[in-house]
Amino acid sequence: MAEPQDLPNVGPDAAAAQARQFISFRVGDDEFAIDIMAVREIKGWTETTVLPNQQDYMLGVLNLRGTIVPIFDLRCRFGLGLTTATRSHVVIIVAIGGRLLGLLVDAVSDILTVNAADIRPVPDVDQPIDNAFLAGIIPVGDSMVVLLSLENLFANHGPANAAIAA
Amino acid sequence: MSTPSFGSDELAQFRRTFFEECTELLADLEERLGALAAYSSDVEGLNAIFRAVHSVKAGAGAFGYTVLVGFAHRFEALLDRLRDGKAELDERTLAALVAAADVFSALVDLARQGETPADDFGADVAEELSALLEGETQTTVPIRPTASAPEAPPVDRSYRIVFRPNAELFRHANEPLYLIRELKALGTLTIDCDLARLPAFEAFNVDDAYLGWTMTLRADCSPAAIAEVFEFVDDECELIIEEIADAQAEPEVVAPPPAAEAEATNSPSESKSYETKPADAKTAGKTGSISSIRVDLYRVDRLVNMVGELVIAQAMLAQQFIETRKQDDPGALQGFEHLAGLTRELQECVMAIRMQPVKSVFSRMPRLVRDVGHKTGKDVRLEMSGEQTEVDKTVIEELADPLTHMIRNAVDHGIEDADTRLAAGKPAGGVIRLSAQHAGSNILIHVEDDGAGLDRDRLLAKAIDKGIVPASAKLSAEEIDELIFSPGFSTAAAVTDVSGRGVGMDVVRRNVQALGGRVQVVSTPGKGTRFTLVIPLTLAVLDGMVVAVGWEKYILPLTSIVESFRPGRGQIRVVPGGGEVVSIRGEFVRLIHLARVFGVSEAVSDPCQGLVVLIELANGSKLGVVVDELIGQQQVVIKSLQDNYDPVSGISGATILGNGRVALIVDIEELTRLYDRSTRIAEATRLPVAANA
Repeated sequence: MAEPQDLPNVGPDAAAAQARQFISFRVGDDEFAIDIMAVREIKGWTETTVLPNQQDYMLGVLNLRGTIVPIFDLRCRFGLGLTTATRSHVVIIVAIGGRLLGLLVDAVSDILTVNAADIRPVPDVDQPIDNAFLAGIIPVGDSMVVLLSLENLFANHGPANAAIAA
Repeated sequence: MSTPSFGSDELAQFRRTFFEECTELLADLEERLGALAAYSSDVEGLNAIFRAVHSVKAGAGAFGYTVLVGFAHRFEALLDRLRDGKAELDERTLAALVAAADVFSALVDLARQGETPADDFGADVAEELSALLEGETQTTVPIRPTASAPEAPPVDRSYRIVFRPNAELFRHANEPLYLIRELKALGTLTIDCDLARLPAFEAFNVDDAYLGWTMTLRADCSPAAIAEVFEFVDDECELIIEEIADAQAEPEVVAPPPAAEAEATNSPSESKSYETKPADAKTAGKTGSISSIRVDLYRVDRLVNMVGELVIAQAMLAQQFIETRKQDDPGALQGFEHLAGLTRELQECVMAIRMQPVKSVFSRMPRLVRDVGHKTGKDVRLEMSGEQTEVDKTVIEELADPLTHMIRNAVDHGIEDADTRLAAGKPAGGVIRLSAQHAGSNILIHVEDDGAGLDRDRLLAKAIDKGIVPASAKLSAEEIDELIFSPGFSTAAAVTDVSGRGVGMDVVRRNVQALGGRVQVVSTPGKGTRFTLVIPLTLAVLDGMVVAVGWEKYILPLTSIVESFRPGRGQIRVVPGGGEVVSIRGEFVRLIHLARVFGVSEAVSDPCQGLVVLIELANGSKLGVVVDELIGQQQVVIKSLQDNYDPVSGISGATILGNGRVALIVDIEELTRLYDRSTRIAEATRLPVAANA
């Protein structure tokens, strides 16, 4: 996956070359974003097959056209309790380090095009979500979207060196 | 090692293809070598072996594997002498060939892994080859000039070679000059260029070939060696190789030539006599090989996967149709049935692509029996049947180790030495029978020897000695035989270099279990031992029983299910520690609630309300699995969970049911361990399962 910032920073295209795209989605009242390059598919929630003796945020597996894909409850991963999933909930299928997995979120909001320089570091404040899960903050208008670090979220469920930028 | 005209990708691709070919060539070589007997005149076999070595050498040369080429050269030289009848295929030579084949294949492996072999790698074998090569020339000439029939003294022979390339030869980028140079390396060469076909200048076509050469070669070589120079162009040129009787060639030329040449002279096309023979041997030896193609396994897997999906999609579609239309459209319903039939057939066809005869594994065994027999000083014959029985390619690869181990054991421990056999009134030579056959969705492989059978007294003594069974145990004959599958159990009184130490039949059992199969042993004292492997034909599909537990559905492998029943109240006992057992036909079997092990809620908790599925584990012990109900028997396509997730204990894989949902396949061998963990039954209170003692 060629990252846009690897492109030569020359000429009038420089600004465009620095731009990155993210998919933003909602979990509870908060907006989060992940790199669009990691997203493979977005689909509605369907019942999963529960795997025995797993972490509570691991919801089980889905059949994605013949591939068995594990699904994770993002809200629960943040330690904010289980989502009561309905048909209106959304599963975002992402690829991390060669593996596919699904993230259960409340709704997909938008596609954000952001200048890499505009991504702010996460301030070290007291908050319910583990800081390691967060990769940065994107200001959107007068509110903000939290950029997630997928590889940290699922560090124990994939290669540690998962090559993904989020 | 790099060829500048190709990109690294292309080169890597060529190299991959080369090694794929090597694998096939080496397998062929091995098979031919296994069939070769001392003092035989199997020229066709020798030719095939020669060709395999030669083809590997040619490729190795192109990729710059010099050590491999060097070794191949010596190997080839000895083979050449043998097929020309200049050397005799005695025991020593045969042993050297076998050893050389090992070194050769090891060298190919090293090259494949990109490693450079150590300088002295296979040096002893190479020396032996050289010794044989030199030895033959020295001994044949002065000592026994007329000793054996296929003898040919190293006197220069004269050949007339007419070589007229066709246009294709040039089109395929061959260069006559190189061929002629190669001829020149064989001996003294005189060349006449034949310009007769050269047209007038205005009629000259640059793409055509007009030149021909008539050459006279004086060399100490066989006609086959000359034909070999033209090996890759022989169908693109006019070629005549004739031996010219000359003054020096006394009665030797009249003497009967070796078999290959003798047959060749009889062939109708006299002009191409010498070089058509090896070509015929090749096509005859590999009948039907042209009708097969080489396909990347990944592509086949993808195809299998897609067809699996198609079957599921078809089933879902049909189900939805029937539900919504309420069967008021018989035409469409018929169409769906037809579609169902077609998809099923398609699935079978696709599965069959992965199937291969077990021959590729079996063919390694004659050689093994000979080797081990030699080392142990036993005369053992191997009889094989059912080599054409087909099984999934991945299964075949996994079969090699267990079979090798069992055959080696059979020769080393099973068959007695000649004196003991004669004393027991048996023929001095032992027989090992290896057979394969289909049985439902399994393949049955028998390894049977006519040896002494298992020594039960010693087995039991050893098991007690090692603390595998208590000293007071009274075991049945079958149970004692089963002991050889216990970990760390070696029956050999003395550890030999043949049957290793420590690793035994337990490894075989583990390997076979990993394939979802079973291994059993039947032994008759004084008559022999028979091992039976029962292995599923494929790792891609499984015959399963779909069971419901709460809201979830699980698949239990059908092969291990003995029966299912709803126990009566009186059959269930609770043992101290909280475990439950069910009594069936006087046997107490442990009960495991699938719902408890897997943490499924809303499942039946009383075995008398649900069902007990009686399962036989690979070690022969039984287990009762409590489920809510049986849904039905179904062949399922096995999917890996680990492509996208971590291993889940108690689950061996997953499949997709007709409704598109994922169902998990239960790893029953793992269940007991999980159960112990989840219910924390102390080791002390564990019931002796299925022991009648």
